[in-house]
Amino acid sequence: MTAAIVGIGQTEYSKSAGRSETLLAGEAILAAVADAGLKPEQVDGIVSYTIDPVEETELVRALGAREIGWSSRVPYGGGGSQGVLLHAAAALAVGAADVVVAYRAIKARSGSRFGAAQLSGRPTSAHSGSTAMQWSNPFGVITPASWMSLNAVRYMHASGATNEDFGRAVVQLRAYAATNPAAHFYGRPITLEDHQASRWIAEPAIRLFDCCQETDGAAALVITRADRAGDTPAPVAIAAAAGAGLFEEEIGSNHYRPDLAVMDGSVALAKRLFDATGIARDDVDVALVYDAFSPILLMQLEALGFCGFGEAKDFVADGHLGPEGSLPCNTNGGLIGEGYIHGLNLTLEAVRQLRGTAVNQVPDARTALVTASRTGVVLQHPDAAP
Amino acid sequence: MTVIRLSATRPAPVVTDDSEAFWTAVSDGRLVAQRCSGCRRFRHPPRPICPYCHSLEHELFDLAGTGTVYSYAILHHPQNPAFDYPLIAALVDLDEGLRVVTNLVEIDPSEVRIGMEVEVVFAPTVDDMAVPVFRPVGDDR
Repeated sequence: MTAAIVGIGQTEYSKSAGRSETLLAGEAILAAVADAGLKPEQVDGIVSYTIDPVEETELVRALGAREIGWSSRVPYGGGGSQGVLLHAAAALAVGAADVVVAYRAIKARSGSRFGAAQLSGRPTSAHSGSTAMQWSNPFGVITPASWMSLNAVRYMHASGATNEDFGRAVVQLRAYAATNPAAHFYGRPITLEDHQASRWIAEPAIRLFDCCQETDGAAALVITRADRAGDTPAPVAIAAAAGAGLFEEEIGSNHYRPDLAVMDGSVALAKRLFDATGIARDDVDVALVYDAFSPILLMQLEALGFCGFGEAKDFVADGHLGPEGSLPCNTNGGLIGEGYIHGLNLTLEAVRQLRGTAVNQVPDARTALVTASRTGVVLQHPDAAP
Repeated sequence: MTVIRLSATRPAPVVTDDSEAFWTAVSDGRLVAQRCSGCRRFRHPPRPICPYCHSLEHELFDLAGTGTVYSYAILHHPQNPAFDYPLIAALVDLDEGLRVVTNLVEIDPSEVRIGMEVEVVFAPTVDDMAVPVFRPVGDDR
């Protein structure tokens, strides 16, 4: 890869932003451009992912960008969140743009609630990668938790993992969030008993505390070619970026793959991120893994190859995700503890870790992995890049 | 409180050009699937091209309506007024090798097990349509 992340920006994360998604996106982008030492007028490429509500032309008007050479949206909703870096790197490589901003603005709590039990009269939302949702809607399988619980219960059946095993991961995420002032659950760690006392959402897989936080806010990154990143204050190299969408697989309503106990989209992703690039899993100092719901955190750890099938429950219980573990994971508290900016806040945390500015800093972090089931990136400190 | 429903509240399925034949059959009390006229393989959900041999021709095949529970979840929250809770969501693997998203009915949520044998029944929806749901059969009843 020949691209680098040179700026990050975000708004506050809250339950009620009190302003438009376009303004939220603009604030995060202005902060990210300033962080990169660049001017908003220099932005000539923009990328987000479904289901961001911000209209690109309104965003360009607000930013005062002079000429947009390239724009894109990655399908699969949050599962496509890390695909923005793959798209940006590709655009930079072919010269379609020089300064790309990737963003996601969301009012998942005060606006259209992300976890609400809403029925849609349409077969799918356009370009979402979720056409099978029309086949689950008439059965009340209409929330992200209900879609994913069907996969999670099969995983529990096949692996022996229990909801308590998921709870141990949540306790770690909440411990990280407790020391992150930007997190929704700042100052509010929980015990496994607290977790087990939270009410069922989708039994026997998902309790309330297994769910990510519906959040208002925005996050943004600035990406440029690596050869000009050296002029910016704190660049982070994109060492690998990839996506994988398999036959019959979807995001959320993924119910038709042969073996739903294995997130085989993540298996394919890991082959592209690691096996195809020569980057070793052992090189990863900190991992940010899309934890919309706690079961898929364990399932992705296995699919990405950090432990074998059925071993994630022991991997978690043995403390590997913690600050002293072999794979400190979701050190901002994750989507469960910090908030749900549809996955892009995980990417910002990876950049902070490699810059050495994270609140729960992993000492001397040089390589970070960020994945969202089917899209992912490996980021590296400039000194670590080959 | 027990809510007595005077008419179906379950939402009607979304009908598209590619799914219309399936839903019309279901509303007539038939569980069907596309079977490719070229390679004879079944496929579901419906689609306009066989993904295995790329034939554009298919027939609607009447399925046995029996299968086993591949996975399930007891849905508690959040709730939509169209459904009664707790609602049993399930994935059923049909004997013909197809999988469907569905509900389990005529069973207590605590009795649901992966691998149990089930058979199709039809639940009415608004707009006088129906969807296939499943109930225990044989030793699992």
